[in-house]
Amino acid sequence: MTDTTPLISARGISKNFASIEVLRDVDLDLQRGEIHALLGENGAGKSTFAKILAGVHRPSRGTITLNGQPVDILNPIVAQKLGITLIHQEPISFPDLSVAENLVLGRGDGGWFARVPWSEMTRNARALMDLLGVRIDVTRPMRGLSIADQQMVEIARALASDSRLIIMDEPTAPLTPKEVETLFGIARRLRDEGRTIIFISHRLEEVRALCDRVTIFRDGNKIATDTIGNLTDADIIRLMIGRPLKEFRHKARAEIGDVALKVEGLTLPGVFHDISFEVRKGEIVGLGGLVGAGRTDVARAIFGVAPATSGTVTVAGKGVTITEPAQAIDLGLAFVPEDRAAAGIFRTLSVEENISAAIPKQIAPTGFIRRTVEKALAQESVRKLSIKLASPRQPIGELSGGNQQKAILARWLLTNPSVLILDEPTRGIDIGVKAEFYDMIGDLAASGRAILLISSELPELLALCDRILVMSEGRLTADIPRDQATQETIMSAAVPRTARSGVAA
Amino acid sequence: MTALRNILLRREAGILVMIILFCLAVGTQKPQFLTLDSLRIILLLTPLILIGAMGQMLVVVARHVDLSIGSMLGFSAMVTGMMFKFHPEIWWPVGFLVSIGTGALLGLINGLLVTLFRLPAIIVTLGTLNLYRGLTYIVSNAKQIDRQYVPTALKSMSQTSPIFGIPWIIFISFGVALLTYIFVMHTRVGRQIFALGSNPVAAPLRGVAVTRVTLLVFSISGALSGLAGILYAGRWGFVNPSNTGSGFEFQVIAAVVIGGVSINGGVGTVLGTILGVLLLGCVAAALPLLGIPGTTQSAIYGAVILIALLIDRTVRQQGIKSLTRARA
Amino acid sequence: MSAIQTPATRELPPARPRWQVIVVRPETMTLVLLIAALFGASLLSPYFLDVGYILRSFTLSAEFAIVALVLTMVIIAGEIDLSPAANMALSACLFAFAQQAGVPMPLAIAIGLFAGLVMGAINGIMVIALQIPSIIVTIGTLTLYRGLAQVIAGDKSIRVPDWFIGINTVLIAGIPLTVLIFIVMSIILGVVLSMTIFGRQIYQIGTNEVAARHAGIRSQRIKMSLFLLMGVVSAAAGLMTASRLGSVRYDLGLGGELQMVLMAMLGGTYIFGGRGTILGTFLAAWLLVIVSTGMTVANVPPSVQLVVQGVLLIVSIIATNFIYSRTQR
Repeated sequence: MTDTTPLISARGISKNFASIEVLRDVDLDLQRGEIHALLGENGAGKSTFAKILAGVHRPSRGTITLNGQPVDILNPIVAQKLGITLIHQEPISFPDLSVAENLVLGRGDGGWFARVPWSEMTRNARALMDLLGVRIDVTRPMRGLSIADQQMVEIARALASDSRLIIMDEPTAPLTPKEVETLFGIARRLRDEGRTIIFISHRLEEVRALCDRVTIFRDGNKIATDTIGNLTDADIIRLMIGRPLKEFRHKARAEIGDVALKVEGLTLPGVFHDISFEVRKGEIVGLGGLVGAGRTDVARAIFGVAPATSGTVTVAGKGVTITEPAQAIDLGLAFVPEDRAAAGIFRTLSVEENISAAIPKQIAPTGFIRRTVEKALAQESVRKLSIKLASPRQPIGELSGGNQQKAILARWLLTNPSVLILDEPTRGIDIGVKAEFYDMIGDLAASGRAILLISSELPELLALCDRILVMSEGRLTADIPRDQATQETIMSAAVPRTARSGVAA
Repeated sequence: MTALRNILLRREAGILVMIILFCLAVGTQKPQFLTLDSLRIILLLTPLILIGAMGQMLVVVARHVDLSIGSMLGFSAMVTGMMFKFHPEIWWPVGFLVSIGTGALLGLINGLLVTLFRLPAIIVTLGTLNLYRGLTYIVSNAKQIDRQYVPTALKSMSQTSPIFGIPWIIFISFGVALLTYIFVMHTRVGRQIFALGSNPVAAPLRGVAVTRVTLLVFSISGALSGLAGILYAGRWGFVNPSNTGSGFEFQVIAAVVIGGVSINGGVGTVLGTILGVLLLGCVAAALPLLGIPGTTQSAIYGAVILIALLIDRTVRQQGIKSLTRARA
Repeated sequence: MSAIQTPATRELPPARPRWQVIVVRPETMTLVLLIAALFGASLLSPYFLDVGYILRSFTLSAEFAIVALVLTMVIIAGEIDLSPAANMALSACLFAFAQQAGVPMPLAIAIGLFAGLVMGAINGIMVIALQIPSIIVTIGTLTLYRGLAQVIAGDKSIRVPDWFIGINTVLIAGIPLTVLIFIVMSIILGVVLSMTIFGRQIYQIGTNEVAARHAGIRSQRIKMSLFLLMGVVSAAAGLMTASRLGSVRYDLGLGGELQMVLMAMLGGTYIFGGRGTILGTFLAAWLLVIVSTGMTVANVPPSVQLVVQGVLLIVSIIATNFIYSRTQR
């Protein structure tokens, strides 16, 4: 250690969003040549902190010094010039521009009318790709590159501008294990060159495999920074959630009845193939796998959002063809989608209207809306699911994420569904509200409904499900009964078979 | 092989084939269509549209649209015409500065409304389309600038030629196209326009000064409309407050959409746009030869816009399909 | 960007007071402007205190106002239609051409209305089935429909039979028929939009179409029916215009799209969909009539009126956006 000045020193960093403090007095030093993990639950503040370093947000208070010099990271461009690059989970790209152009865009050399040095740009881009050991044609447009390749382009971009600090925000979520290995190899090489890497991840095993030090965030506070070797997994989890890991178990194991939903040979070419399974009344069936394995697509196909091209769906013993969600709802299906903001809520409309959206026939049997009926139904839902709100007339966008999700669930419970498909129902939700959701899901099964639960959180699947299906690269690879299910059995089925992934690409 | 394939698959090749097929089809009916003389006619029909299309291309690439170009053309032409009429002592080429400057100013106003208030360009320019047309009436007192006031030198730009018997006006329009090509392909800000249209959310994160680039794009559209305005005065020898430039936007949008500029932003080439303009020119030149009345022209432009939209959509769908196939 | 994440724990803001919900909305602005315009106009000329005068003035814009009501619904559903004025011209030309060619009048009227329906269907199919943005589709169809009208009518005007002329002079209870149609349409569409499930779903589609589809709302069907309604109503408005003018030319209703969009925008319809009311458009139509009649009375030339309309359009969107951004957290 010849130079002990940290690359980055953050002191007293706080951040408010509209009077809500999401980051409080964070002090953190980042050394040269280290891979530093930021851990914490959703909303703990780790991403906000990373975004402050990258100039996406500006801190409400606090100072940052770079190599001992105070700096003001006004915006991402300044960050870039200071040698700080943030690699988003879904990399930012300009799909119509070539890979080489994407690499240099934003480097900001020259004025508006400076010449674009095409040949030099292409040459440099090729050199960078060779350096990273990836084979991407740099003259092709970004559109259509896989997420993994897009991340490689982002990393190349960081190298092109000779970044000293590279922040990777959950980079591995969409990657296959092989791609993760490549990424880790590159990350280690960059560290050995003396660069600093911030690695944000939820996966402890990855953090252990890659990182030198970890910093743990909870509720906007920095809780601890330590060398990874000094902490056990249990320590880390305890620090993250602030209390010992509680085992969630849905209490009443429901009576398992007849087949409620049966899917056979469901195929949508290029997305998923030959999916067959069944879900019985009172049963919670988990659907696990890596992001991008096609789980959501299967759910969307069953529900008629993006129908499959072949295969059969049987609901309560009757073969059905579902080409749009309205039909699925009539058959007693319900689907809580993954992306609440995009596919769930009507942001500016009232909570009431959001709750009653899927039951037009109940609130308006003649076509005219019966406000009293609607009001009563909404109030009952609010009470039953204990949705916290100021008034059922207020726009749903004003509620917290967990309460929005409850309102969406309420919408579907009003349709009295026999089959509920829940896609990542607890993503981005407070741990307390999460527990409420687990209880609710258990109760729903106990009341005789069939539940298909898509989740990327293994503990969630293990705690709730009677059976766990696993998908990998568009195919069903396992059907694991509850007593045999472990993190290992699920993961080994979720990991793509290397031989096939090689050929199919 | 792949290089050849790429060239053949390009949008420009498709338009070129359409032009050739169209010309051959007309040629079988009226052989005189396939002569140099009719090429001259076609080229003379297109310069104003070509100039307007270059500006519109930039606007559409940046994910906006400019409906007001016809009114900007009219207003700039009127201001310039009034300068010719009331100040004949001023050296006539100054008219170019006046016309282009006036257009640029109007375009800048469009841009300011779009950026400052975050309004959709289509509504803003629908408003200014009428606003600028109304202003044209007001400044001109609803009077036409007649033939005798337009400088002879300007009028002769449509006939006299510096070289090869090709009139000045055609040189100017292709000069504009060449400059636009250099601008979009070889300057940093030119590429930023494509970046902005390709991903407007990410553009500011990559140092694209969104407001300024948007202002620039609308100003260029205005400036080029202004250039088209003075050339209009020269080409037709008069400036009328109601006719001049009216409907120009539809011809230009038709040309741009045919030329493969994507209405979703980020995609478009100068060559494609030129070919789009030429295809429209061929159609316009063929109509009188085939004895089809001029009143059908607007309907044909409309149909052509819709067909081009359908092609654009099909191309996009194919692209998405081939990408998902590659992923599977 | 999802740059600003909703923090997981966040306190509940208090609901806005009810009076604010009712008062702070764009329609209030329209109403205030309407009263101000009436006041100003009556200072300008005592004619404006005569209801009959205002009603007669309204007949000049009634056709556009009727279409603007449907356009309001289209915009709330998140789409736009710039082709209705061209649709009016083509429907009217087809009708006039047919009756001149000896087709019996009822059939000729049916032809006109059916043509409007087909034009609406073309817009709808391109927007809904082919998923091309409505803004650009309707620019294309605007050119096409107007162009076809020109092909059919040429530069001539086609006369319509004498008995067909003058729908605007038919008075029912002292109200010109076209104005009465406008008022009745406003009530019907107002009730549909605010009290029926169909209306409710229009707002939901306009707010978030993906979510609407997930909730089982048949958004494509609803949008298609709106485009069809737009087509038929435009055609009917075209025929009414033909009756008022006594003859049909291809440039019937030229530039009307601006007036219609202006009425919707001035009435507080949100250009990005999901918000707006029929009441707003209803008030805005009267406002526009009073403003333009007032200008005519004050001898303001039509060109200045064009400028005023352009400015009003832009100012009204800015104001509406501002009000909505204030009432939405």
